[in-house]
Amino acid sequence: MSVDTATVRRVARLARIKVTDDEAARMTNELNSILGFVEQLNEVDVAGVEPMTSVVSLKMRRRQDVVTDGEDAEAVTANAPVSEDHFFLVPKVVE
Amino acid sequence: MTDLTALTLAEARDALKAKTFTAVELTDAYIDAMEKARVLNAYVTETPEKAREMARASDARIAAGKAGALEGLPLGIKDLYATKGVHTQACSHILDGFEPPYESTVSANLWADGAVMLGKLNMDEFAMGSSNETSHYGSVVNPWRRNGSDVNLVPGGSSGGSAAAVAARLCLGATATDTGGSIRQPAAFTGTAGIKPTYGRCSRWGLVAFASSLDQAGPIARDVRDAAILLKSMASVDLKDTTSVDIPVPDYEAAVGKSVKGLRIGIPKEYRLDGMPAEIDALWQKGIDILRDAGAEIVDISLPHTKYALPAYYIVAPAEASSNLARYDGVRYGLRVPGSDILDMYENTRAAGFGAEVKRRILIGTYVLSAGYYDAYYLRAQKVRTLIKRDFETVYAQGVDAILTPATPSAAFGIGEKADADPVEMYLNDVFTVTVNMAGLPGLAVPAGLSAEGLPLGLQLIGRPFDEETLFTLGSAVEKAVGTFSPAKWW
Repeated sequence: MSVDTATVRRVARLARIKVTDDEAARMTNELNSILGFVEQLNEVDVAGVEPMTSVVSLKMRRRQDVVTDGEDAEAVTANAPVSEDHFFLVPKVVE
Repeated sequence: MTDLTALTLAEARDALKAKTFTAVELTDAYIDAMEKARVLNAYVTETPEKAREMARASDARIAAGKAGALEGLPLGIKDLYATKGVHTQACSHILDGFEPPYESTVSANLWADGAVMLGKLNMDEFAMGSSNETSHYGSVVNPWRRNGSDVNLVPGGSSGGSAAAVAARLCLGATATDTGGSIRQPAAFTGTAGIKPTYGRCSRWGLVAFASSLDQAGPIARDVRDAAILLKSMASVDLKDTTSVDIPVPDYEAAVGKSVKGLRIGIPKEYRLDGMPAEIDALWQKGIDILRDAGAEIVDISLPHTKYALPAYYIVAPAEASSNLARYDGVRYGLRVPGSDILDMYENTRAAGFGAEVKRRILIGTYVLSAGYYDAYYLRAQKVRTLIKRDFETVYAQGVDAILTPATPSAAFGIGEKADADPVEMYLNDVFTVTVNMAGLPGLAVPAGLSAEGLPLGLQLIGRPFDEETLFTLGSAVEKAVGTFSPAKWW
């Protein structure tokens, strides 16, 4: 399988990364090179093989469903590029 | 006084215990070495004041007879580890100014044992790279050079700063992480010892996530013993990481220097690649001879799905990365680039904040997970992963204790040398290491000799799950036969 520039633009939109025309053209070539490389996986007979979901076969631990952390809005918002009164500020999303 | 930075971590530990010098004196020697080696660009942030403060506290604990396992020993920390109030950006522009209000579990374990932090180490952006050239902070220079050459070489990646700092004696040891070879490949390129432990041995909490099913923390160190000492402190079960395992952490140092008599070492024929340089093949044979002479039994084995590990990795890792890196949106931390509306802000921020390699992997990951392609790519890759793991399980069930392979297909290359190459060519650096991540196994890179051009070359030992001890035993046997390697100082 290979991708065209329109597909790269669509995927970049899904990934929320703005790309210029030059970048889209370059990335199309690079993505096709990688997709060409991974194509060899089609040689493998995977009939009846379970997909891996966990590399270590251990039972997932569970914890009590209780609050262990929180109530620290100052620390949570300290690294925000723009914040006010412990809220994250973003461009208007609802008219 | 002799140069304190010439001591290994184990030697410095013993000298501090004997009160031959103080932790402050040792730390000052490293701060001085770091200042004089800035041309290597190994550190992205130096924290000398914090280091001296921690060293003074160590001296007080030593005086009070309350020294921890790593008391007063200065270490470097990869920029991927969250360090409270200190630069933590995974060497990406998009995390500009990020200083976490929390500490990663692994670094917290080191400080609890008394270690001293010297600063944060350079790396490939978000650990995506094999040469440290994708860092927002510029390339790291390998302290090693070819015989009679002044060409700057890469230290490998992604833990290039960690490997270069250890090799150049800018810290006693360093933390690193390994998703596809990011500890073992730079260790091999710099003549240092590095271990990627079994998945789950170290907590991933507080590591900037790349590919969560593959990421694992581990040390890079001067020699095998130092790596064993560091791993013991780094490893722990952690309620904050459900994939960390509740298995006691053994005394890894006790495994160093033990006899290898009777151990069965598998030599996988699939690792003998077409076009592999003769000196890599010769190095591998040298490793086989060393272990055989030391009493190990060498057996030929087959790991039939080896060649599919790298292509499967380049589906699984980007897929997980595209999901993990969705959080960098210009809202909660780091860089924000304004836009006409919120979507435009996201797109502008991510366009400016991510470098070319990171964008490439996010796009691949987004594509293989997108509607209509999931089964063909991601699901198939995860099935292939099951087969890769099964290959290892089969040989271990046949009584093989560990597997010996080369660590990398070449020695270190020049900075910029592969700039115009196809991305896949750079990915081939990890051809011997990536299988280990796909199967969740432990892998140790140990220096085994020098190339004809005078550059270090490494071997890789792959172990059973949670049997890092056997790797330390075998690694120390190789080390005993070949010695350790240090670059000639030119900086």
